Amino acid sequence: MSVRRTAIVTGASKGIGAATAIRLGASGFHVGVGYVSDADGANAVVAAILQASGSALPVCIDVAEPSSIEAACTSVESEFGAITVLVNNAGITRDGLSMRMSEENWNAVINTNLTGAFSMIKRCSPAMMKARYGRIINVASASGQLGSAGQANYAAAKAGLVGLTRSVARELGSRGITANIVAPGPIRTAMTAEMPQAWIDKLEAQVPLGRFGTVDEVATTIDFLCSEAAAYITGAIIPVDGGLAMGH
Amino acid sequence: MDRSHALEAVREVATEVLSVEADQIVESARFKEDLDADSLDLVELVMGLEERFDIQVPEEDLDGVTTIGHAVDLVLSKLS
Repeated sequence: MSVRRTAIVTGASKGIGAATAIRLGASGFHVGVGYVSDADGANAVVAAILQASGSALPVCIDVAEPSSIEAACTSVESEFGAITVLVNNAGITRDGLSMRMSEENWNAVINTNLTGAFSMIKRCSPAMMKARYGRIINVASASGQLGSAGQANYAAAKAGLVGLTRSVARELGSRGITANIVAPGPIRTAMTAEMPQAWIDKLEAQVPLGRFGTVDEVATTIDFLCSEAAAYITGAIIPVDGGLAMGH
Repeated sequence: MDRSHALEAVREVATEVLSVEADQIVESARFKEDLDADSLDLVELVMGLEERFDIQVPEEDLDGVTTIGHAVDLVLSKLS
């Protein structure tokens, strides 16, 4: 990278976000490592980046709170300069069958997983426009295309990210800003580790590659989309799902 | 700030954001037809004006702002 650019990754204290932050740090980005409650996790990610001679800062950022977004982005900018790479990874789940799902659980997931991404894009895109450069990567899910029984809120938010991403890709394309989706399938994380073995076996049987993916496999894809090499890719959905959602 | 100073400041922001020559920035110049500015250019121009004059311009105030003269009006109304 000729210029050391500044990236921010939301939900980066563990899992896909943590692996992405570490990967971006190794690629030479200054990295704002976003977390909500797990400061220790974020600090460990920052330590790993610094250990590898990278540059990083932990920032508390609840994407459902615009004031939190403002404070976090301002602190990253004052440390590293304008944010031109945004990875919207923060996500929560509040599972349940739709007929029994509370409005509260519906709203919570939409607010964080979809509106949170919108708010981050709104906050970060002016600086990208000025820089005539930007990379926006929204982490969605194979369930956004496939649907997911018991996760109507989550799948709806993830499908919503597609429309958001493609609209932004059209709005900002003339300024050298790309916006893309990475859609992971089943990935080994703390979240999926809690699943019963029978579910894991069933899911693996549906994946053409016959296994769960790793967080690093998702992180390397995000890192590529953040790179100069991906300059001509925008509005795309890149699946990292072992073939689970192909054809959708 | 008097009107000629406001126009001069708008001219500086507009030439930078819209990539046009300073002498094209006159009060009667229409953003779309004369200055070839699209909606994103206008957003950038407004952002530039907000920064330059330390003002906030809500989206609804942009209705009917189609010329440089309108932009000068807008800036002056925010500063008064």
